[in-house]
Amino acid sequence: MAVTRRQFIRIGGAALGGVAASGLVSRWWGLDSPSATDPATDGDTIVPTFCELCFWNCGVLAHVKDGRVTKLQGNPAHPLSRGRLCPRGAGGTGLLYDPDRLKQPLLRRSKRGEDVFEPVSWAAALDHVAEKLLALRAVHGPEALALFTHGFGGSWWKQLMKAWGSPNVGAPSYAQCRGPREAGYALTYGAGLGSPEPIDLANARVVTLIGSHLGENMHSTQVQELAEAVGRGAQLVVVDPRFSVAAGKAKYWLPVKPGTDIALLLAWMNVILAERLYDVEWVERHATGLEELRAHVKDRTPEWAAAICGVHAELVRDSARFLAGARPASLVHPGRHTTWYGDDTQRARAMAILAALLGSYGRRGGYLATAKFPLKPYPAAPAPAVQAVAPAAPHDARPAADRPKAGGFPVADEVLASGLCDATKPGFALYDLKGWIVYGTNLMQALPKPAQTIDAIQKLDLLVAVDVLPAEICGWADVVLPEATYLERDDDLAAPAYKQPFVAIRQAAVPPLFESRPSWWIVKELAQRLGLGQAFPWPDARAYVDARLAASGVSVAELRAKGAVLGPRIATCEEEGAPPPITTPDGKAKLFSEELARLGFDPLPRYVAHDEPPPGSFRLLSGRAPTHTFGRTANNRLLAEPFPENEVWVNADAARALPFPLKDGDRVTLVNQDGARSGPVRAKVTQRIRGDCVFLVHGWGHTAKGLGYARGRGASTSTLTTRYAVDPIMGGTGVNVNFVRLEPVEVA
Amino acid sequence: MSPRFALSVDTRRCVGCSACVIACKTENRVPAGGFRCWAVQETSGAFPDLALEVRSERCNQCAEPACVSACPTGASFVGAGGIVAVDARKCTGCKACIASCPYGARYVHPDGHVDKCTFCLHRVTNARLPACVETCPTSALAFGDLANPDSPVSRAVRSRKVKVLRPESGTRPQVFFLV
Repeated sequence: MAVTRRQFIRIGGAALGGVAASGLVSRWWGLDSPSATDPATDGDTIVPTFCELCFWNCGVLAHVKDGRVTKLQGNPAHPLSRGRLCPRGAGGTGLLYDPDRLKQPLLRRSKRGEDVFEPVSWAAALDHVAEKLLALRAVHGPEALALFTHGFGGSWWKQLMKAWGSPNVGAPSYAQCRGPREAGYALTYGAGLGSPEPIDLANARVVTLIGSHLGENMHSTQVQELAEAVGRGAQLVVVDPRFSVAAGKAKYWLPVKPGTDIALLLAWMNVILAERLYDVEWVERHATGLEELRAHVKDRTPEWAAAICGVHAELVRDSARFLAGARPASLVHPGRHTTWYGDDTQRARAMAILAALLGSYGRRGGYLATAKFPLKPYPAAPAPAVQAVAPAAPHDARPAADRPKAGGFPVADEVLASGLCDATKPGFALYDLKGWIVYGTNLMQALPKPAQTIDAIQKLDLLVAVDVLPAEICGWADVVLPEATYLERDDDLAAPAYKQPFVAIRQAAVPPLFESRPSWWIVKELAQRLGLGQAFPWPDARAYVDARLAASGVSVAELRAKGAVLGPRIATCEEEGAPPPITTPDGKAKLFSEELARLGFDPLPRYVAHDEPPPGSFRLLSGRAPTHTFGRTANNRLLAEPFPENEVWVNADAARALPFPLKDGDRVTLVNQDGARSGPVRAKVTQRIRGDCVFLVHGWGHTAKGLGYARGRGASTSTLTTRYAVDPIMGGTGVNVNFVRLEPVEVA
Repeated sequence: MSPRFALSVDTRRCVGCSACVIACKTENRVPAGGFRCWAVQETSGAFPDLALEVRSERCNQCAEPACVSACPTGASFVGAGGIVAVDARKCTGCKACIASCPYGARYVHPDGHVDKCTFCLHRVTNARLPACVETCPTSALAFGDLANPDSPVSRAVRSRKVKVLRPESGTRPQVFFLV
């Protein structure tokens, strides 16, 4: 017999490219019972830390086996993850083991932006940075250095800026994201909301989302609580031109014309006031300006709004009654990315006022009071000693108001990243910025109008980029410093204000790969070279954290073992005995804002029509995917598996009306009003969006040559954002004001 | 009574985020390009009268698994609690099971054998939840023993109207979707 059956099958396996021959030789054909192998991914050690795939910072348990992180699980002891992780959190190993990581410090060796670098030692890189910074300070003063930062490791760089003596520290998370919301709620209630937002999704009976696509926007605890509420029978009201996942679960979906949200909000208030559905008692006790509001919305009927928003008046009226019917556990979600049209503070005001009418501010199922876990600073580094370290500037001290952020935006309470960029243009601000340190934020995608950012960069004496991956901004830097990922480094303690105060710890699960270093080390080394070593007296981040914990009376061993420790429970709402967290001078919520009136703005939100896309064009809208955190995860090959690139959502009827045939899955190029072009992007032809707009998930269309996976995939919203509308109240940069047309991509 | 492991997916809670996919891939060392579970969004209607069903999908761990009948080598087998699994050592990669599966739940592993969801057999036989269930941010997934009326999955399928995918396939799927 030439071929036994066993051999036959083995040959068949080989022909299929199989390499499982070893298993076929001895054990097979039912002689032993079949079994499935244990993939054996449980760690030999499990290191509790917290996530950095987004800025929610969930608690993570890192399984480490044979020196490698095999998997990440949610930490049950951490109140933000509650034992669960979103896809990004679970996909952190895709960042840690990304083959495209920055591996060594780099010095630029050709023109800026050509992305040609020479790998150098840390000593050479830091010597170079220090020399340039000292020269910059000698000529321009310490304030001429700005820090852009996004991410938890930025705390070390902020400490450096403090010791150095520059107030110019900004994050795109303010003026390019949640800033208008912060301003709107601060004007109404005295303080912004911060992150995590102090809202009680879990106990809400109705949740209203205005342009927020929670569920696709994956802040884990919020999505967990939203699902919990839905599980208990809570209903959703979703206002979105796109039939988002949340809209798919909603009782009322209002696909309003983009940019008309304020009209809808005014009409809702009209119904709620006219039909006396508002919380009369709460408003009497805790708010001022009701009569002005009543007069302001008197004519803002559902019929008025219907004509503007493009939804039926009955839908406006019914949804108003519905969300009012659930008060006070009727939560108007404040949203997060809110820089849309330049009147965003006013829209946030309208949402804040609506929350007041519902009596939900300070009530269960609405907005809560929160507290921070009480932590002491590092004992040996009091602020005055730090100040003394900075040598005198070559000029008189700048007045406090002399910050680039103060460029005419009276309500901004954080530095504008876009303001720092503007202040780099000669003569724009009271003094010019001459050096940037860019930590963990890809300004080429984070700021609108990339050409403007490039202009500013060309005016700089020094641009230092600190990052994990070679994003576009690194290509424009003079010096690139490779940071260790969050799984390879210790950081400061996390203790954000939350309804359950807690402190969480970040600790390295594995040592840094390549030549990457944690920011605490980079900053300390740099500070020594700058003569600021005294500001960083601790030997390493672990010692720093341990000293803070000891000073605060927290068990170091317990926190290092558990990853998070809870503080005492606090009263979070009226039902628990807490007063509403209103911090205006008279303790009243401002339905009518005297402050805005004084500053020359509308004291009550007013609907102003925005430009419409010309015929044949669509308004470009952008948002999030649950698997990605803007551009920073686009190169993560693990996360790319379920979401390999973005698609442009186009209404199916609108697609039929195009001058060329467009089928689902075809590739198109987007061209905006100024001729800016995207790369080819796949079209998602769908019923799930209005016909006057298209939608892209933000963060794709990378051009950096070092991003081996992400480069050239999908379309960049940033490239198409050559126009933006500045919010005159707080300086936010509204990006939903760009119009694109679609062009077919010729298939070669 | 021997256990009958099953899983339910609450389509109202599920947001299709793919946390299950990533947790599964790292737990089970699923190679690039292979999926043991995946998220589906199914839209019906026309703008603006639309409906959406969101599902986390995987092998349905059928009680009458066509794949096991189709397997010529005995590599596909029914293991503890009715879980259908593949013994990689016995699999020749012939793909008869892939052709027979009504759900597209199997893929060819680069090592030459067929691979699929095992309900994390290595975990559930040690009183742990499947990785997808453990991580699911929306708690849309419930797992347990259908033979035990107090198990999370038994309670879930009792609590709401449920459906299975392609009931006409006749394989008696054991993944239930709460609609």
